[in-house]
Amino acid sequence: MKSIHLFYRVVKKDALLVVCVLFLLAVLALAFVGIHFTGYTYDQISDASLLPPSHAHWFGTDANGHDLLTRILFGAQISLFVAAVGALVSLTVGVTYGMISGYAGGRIDSLMMRLVEIIYSLPTLVLVIVLVTSLDSPVANLLKSAGLTGVNPRLVLIVLFLGLTEWLTMARIIRGQVLVLKQQAFVQASLALGQSHVRILWRHLFPNLFGIIVVYLTLTIPAIMLDESFMSFLHVGLQPPLASWGTLVSDAAFLINPIRLYWWMLIFPGGLMTLTLLALNFLGDGLRDALDPRVRK
Amino acid sequence: MTAIILRRLLQAIPVLFIVVTLTFLLVRSAPGNPFSTEKKIPAEIMEQLEKQYDLHGSLRHQYLQYMGKVLHGDLSISTQYRNRTVNEIIAQTLPVSMVLGSSAYFLALVFGVTFGGWAAIRHNQWGDRSIMLTALLGLSIPSFVLAPMLVMLFALKLNLLPAYGWGSPDQIILPAICLSIPFAATIARLTRGSLLEVLQLDFIRTARAKGLSEDAVLFRHALKVAILPLIGYSGPAAAGILTGSIVIETLFGIPGIGQFFVNSALNFDPFMTSGVVIVFSVFLILFNLFADILYFVVDRRVKLE
Repeated sequence: MKSIHLFYRVVKKDALLVVCVLFLLAVLALAFVGIHFTGYTYDQISDASLLPPSHAHWFGTDANGHDLLTRILFGAQISLFVAAVGALVSLTVGVTYGMISGYAGGRIDSLMMRLVEIIYSLPTLVLVIVLVTSLDSPVANLLKSAGLTGVNPRLVLIVLFLGLTEWLTMARIIRGQVLVLKQQAFVQASLALGQSHVRILWRHLFPNLFGIIVVYLTLTIPAIMLDESFMSFLHVGLQPPLASWGTLVSDAAFLINPIRLYWWMLIFPGGLMTLTLLALNFLGDGLRDALDPRVRK
Repeated sequence: MTAIILRRLLQAIPVLFIVVTLTFLLVRSAPGNPFSTEKKIPAEIMEQLEKQYDLHGSLRHQYLQYMGKVLHGDLSISTQYRNRTVNEIIAQTLPVSMVLGSSAYFLALVFGVTFGGWAAIRHNQWGDRSIMLTALLGLSIPSFVLAPMLVMLFALKLNLLPAYGWGSPDQIILPAICLSIPFAATIARLTRGSLLEVLQLDFIRTARAKGLSEDAVLFRHALKVAILPLIGYSGPAAAGILTGSIVIETLFGIPGIGQFFVNSALNFDPFMTSGVVIVFSVFLILFNLFADILYFVVDRRVKLE
């Protein structure tokens, strides 16, 4: 609740931030509600393939005769879902790691930060591609034996591993903040009163990190969305019947030829994706300027 | 300082070891067949192939065989591109990616520093705002959206540049620009922020008080200090260009290492995949080390630990 209040307080000061939030809410509403009013379903195939935008199909159709608007909104659901859940994974790991590292200090801190530096210097996205392609069928079998047939193994793997690669910045920032916070009188007082370390971390330090967590959460969401679409674009991410903005742009990009331009297949999904990323980045920047104590005003 | 460099290099060895082990074991334990993804191969031929490639016996045995070769600098033979060694493929494709990547890096630096500096001098004016908004757009637009758009416009509509291929100088322009845009945007933002801070410092006031021209203050004094954060960003930028180039190579049909990597990962080629991961990791570890040393040399306040 506190984070929502904080968010609201910052956003209402700047008209452009309000526009961003309204735009993102509109995308969410269209993706989850509007999709039922397009007159088509996302997996409905027809003979009307590769039609330019018209009254029947506002955004045209793709190679299989899908209504592109419906496909884009379906892709939005997946892209937003992956980004949001992935960001939550990275948030949990990053905040826990950063808090422990900063609070423990000394040798533990330097060891933990050394590990972060090592991961920073590795081609993580390349490793995620290897992980996702080779763990695909083992995880599918695992899910099947657990009775979870409706769950897509690729989706699980991508959300998990992208979340597990994007936590480094969060951990660094949180650690820096905890290093400062733990020197303050209220932490000393709680220690003197005999409170446990876990309780100090959770009840006293964590609430003080809210602002910065909101900022970096907003910036992690577009990062993960970009990573996912990057992988899906290369066909090593999500696969049919699932569609994300990345797979839709990929469909368009590989249809490019000098004879006929299917511009609508590129402009609509690519444009919506770019605008969404722009709105998220803009929001993250605005929040950082307002809430990150390290940014000088 | 030599001791520090040595220690960092020694520290890289276990990291590389873990990364290679993980990659090889993952690809080998995946249920996919490295020799064919479609047609069924007769059992006896399969056996022959596995023997030939040292992919028979227990996983432990295969792994030890492979690591033995790697330690001798032999990355084995690709199972997907038959009869070609991984060393050979990398030797052919890495230079291509290097040319593309370094051109993009160079473009990103030139455009980033120029526009970032320009924005800082016009702090909070119209020019500053529009540059920063463009930079944010550049950060947000995925390269695989931008690249097909530029191809449609400059190659197919206006017929100015080739849409595809590699070899002639004009074929590098579009891919290098597409690859560099997000990094140019980040560098512009970093340069602007850092230059704004530097311009507030005392030594700038001194320089102005000496009667130096505004150009001299900016180029001789301020910019020199303001580009320091860029050295810190050079490591992540290299990693980003490395992965970003996979998409650009695929889109523009450039025979670089990234294309081969995606194909080998999709076809469960254990040697090619591990080989590329080794090359990428070694490159990035060395690049980061080099950036740290550079930082130390340029900024006397920094101590390498």
